[in-house]
Amino acid sequence: MSDAVITLADGAGGKASRKLVEGLFLEELRNPMLEPLGDAAIVGENGTRIAITTDSYVVRPLRFPGGDIGELAVNGTVNDLAVSGASPLALTAGFVIEEGFPVAELRAIVASMAGAATVAGVAVAAGDTKVVERGAADGLFVTTAGVGLLDLRAVLGLEHVRAGDRVLVSGGIAEHGIAVMIARGNLGLSLDVRSDTASLLPLTDALCSLGPELRWMRDPTRGGLATTLNELAAGAGLSVRIEEQAIPVRDDVRAACELLGIDPLYVANEGKLVAVVSPDAADEALALLRAQPLGANTALIGELVEDTQPFVLAQTPFGTRIVDMLVGDPLPRIC
Amino acid sequence: MRYVDEYRDGRAAHALAGELRELVEPGQNVKLMEVCGGHTHAIYRHGLDALLPPEVELVHGPGCPVCVIPMGRVDDAISIAERPEVTFASFGDMLRVPGGRRRSLLEAKARGADVRTVYSPLDALAIAQREPDREVVFFGVGFETTAPATALTLLRAREFGVRNFSLFCNHVLIGPALRAILDSPDVDIDGFVGPGHVSTVIGTRPYEFVCREYRRPVVVSGFEPNDILQAVAMLLRQLREGRAEVENEYGRVVREEGNPEALAAIDEAFAVREDFEWRGLGAIPHSGLRIADAFAEWDAELRFEVPGERIEDPKACRCGDVLRGRAKPWECTVFGTACTPERPLGTCMVSSEGACAAYYAYGRHTREQVSA
Repeated sequence: MSDAVITLADGAGGKASRKLVEGLFLEELRNPMLEPLGDAAIVGENGTRIAITTDSYVVRPLRFPGGDIGELAVNGTVNDLAVSGASPLALTAGFVIEEGFPVAELRAIVASMAGAATVAGVAVAAGDTKVVERGAADGLFVTTAGVGLLDLRAVLGLEHVRAGDRVLVSGGIAEHGIAVMIARGNLGLSLDVRSDTASLLPLTDALCSLGPELRWMRDPTRGGLATTLNELAAGAGLSVRIEEQAIPVRDDVRAACELLGIDPLYVANEGKLVAVVSPDAADEALALLRAQPLGANTALIGELVEDTQPFVLAQTPFGTRIVDMLVGDPLPRIC
Repeated sequence: MRYVDEYRDGRAAHALAGELRELVEPGQNVKLMEVCGGHTHAIYRHGLDALLPPEVELVHGPGCPVCVIPMGRVDDAISIAERPEVTFASFGDMLRVPGGRRRSLLEAKARGADVRTVYSPLDALAIAQREPDREVVFFGVGFETTAPATALTLLRAREFGVRNFSLFCNHVLIGPALRAILDSPDVDIDGFVGPGHVSTVIGTRPYEFVCREYRRPVVVSGFEPNDILQAVAMLLRQLREGRAEVENEYGRVVREEGNPEALAAIDEAFAVREDFEWRGLGAIPHSGLRIADAFAEWDAELRFEVPGERIEDPKACRCGDVLRGRAKPWECTVFGTACTPERPLGTCMVSSEGACAAYYAYGRHTREQVSA
């Protein structure tokens, strides 16, 4: 349709986002580095192993229980490098600031960026600032980019994923999305749910010791675990069978999702890792992740299987259902 | 989680499934309609159909409030929303519903209309109080479940004299829809899983005509997997014993007399329309609510001019048959091809409670395996 316009669904991380990326950005910018559409691209001539990535942050409110936009912008980009099997060398940060924005708030946000960068062991080495007229931005938008060196022990990619491989998730899902929704304050819910925003480097670093037994990693952000598993299934050409009850979800997060009519599988995470490992390495991977404070609640949630068509299938206590990609924003159903 | 986990216990479910097998004769074909979209969603979400004996077929009814709004009404909503002075407030799931020309409120918003998601009609009233320069219109949709909250909002608007608020009323009634389905030719439904949320408001008595006039049993059910299995068992037991009664499986929430305060609010703020058009089912007499004359001042249809065009359901779409239990979602030729949750053609694909959308999202693997 030639008169089509962008809607919010195009940015929600589900099917519409994928269509936009593949049908517009990839089509116009096509090149071998972009084509895999991974969390980070691998660049350079033969022999150099450099990963680059970029991400923009537009979260509202800017501060929420467990973090703020600054921490999110550092951890998000660090994690895109981490799940690609890279350790970050340096980050850049760009700020689009709306006229009238309080300097004290900006300072607090940048200070928390510094804190997150220190924890991740990376520096923000370059930056840019633009101020726009009131109304041209919603307070503050932040864009970060990062470069990293690939870990030579890891050989990651969907092409290495085989039937029988196991899927792990590093802890309770849906905490970031629920924390932000509650922080918006219009749901009338008061729950102590904090964003899980964190650097995944300790986890990815531990898993890289598995060498080629580690097949693929991703951080299930926008679109949630369901979207990540769908990308895994489609990219590997295999179905992902998961045990619904094996997926860790904190009780209060589950209760909030029930109340709102939202499936936690579709809610964003900012400090969780999904990893695919060979069946023989599954127990070791579980032990490696659980030994880290950030991965204490890691669970084996399923495996890859041959199928007529790649699906994500959840085993419930009653039967089986498909877990499809997200369509639109996970808005509460009305009754 | 209390009130949830005990109704999702797998072992209890398998015990119930065993009971269900005892209640049917081999070769028998029992068609039960779950009226409410919440049930449809729960059945597919939990993969419950796998636990039913092959003799029992579940038919998905018309109880998805988003799905039944006709395209012409969506266009009317869009035309109100696009007025520069209007802030249009709606529940989230109405935003993606396409009208004629397949445009939705979400697209109107992207083109500049001030469309906002609210979680309650009272939120819309609060916007009107906070922003007195805006004309705030609430998109009222839903069965008797959501109608009381809308009614209370009208009562409040009058009490506080909020003049820059109005309601675009599309509330519908479950009883007349059930009667329309029972009256359609070639419909052979043996019993009904009655809606849980609607019944918290209207109680269980309004279903008595189904038993008295049509000799079909009704069991009002909760929304957890074991609620639904239990309700199916109660229906099968009635059929086996030749009874047709209204029974209540959802006793922890639903009372026989319903919620008198909620019903009184509906009575005060609304009046029954002569008829109302349902997507997929056509015009059904006395099936919709309009704003009562005493509240005409808050009626968006009187305040703003709307096109009010009637738009035929797309020819290729078999939603009407699906809603009456005459066809299964996958028997429709456009299912999953021209009609998907991202670009729905028919009503049943629109909300996650619609039969086609629920089947598309959760169930199509089994069917593809069977046919493969």
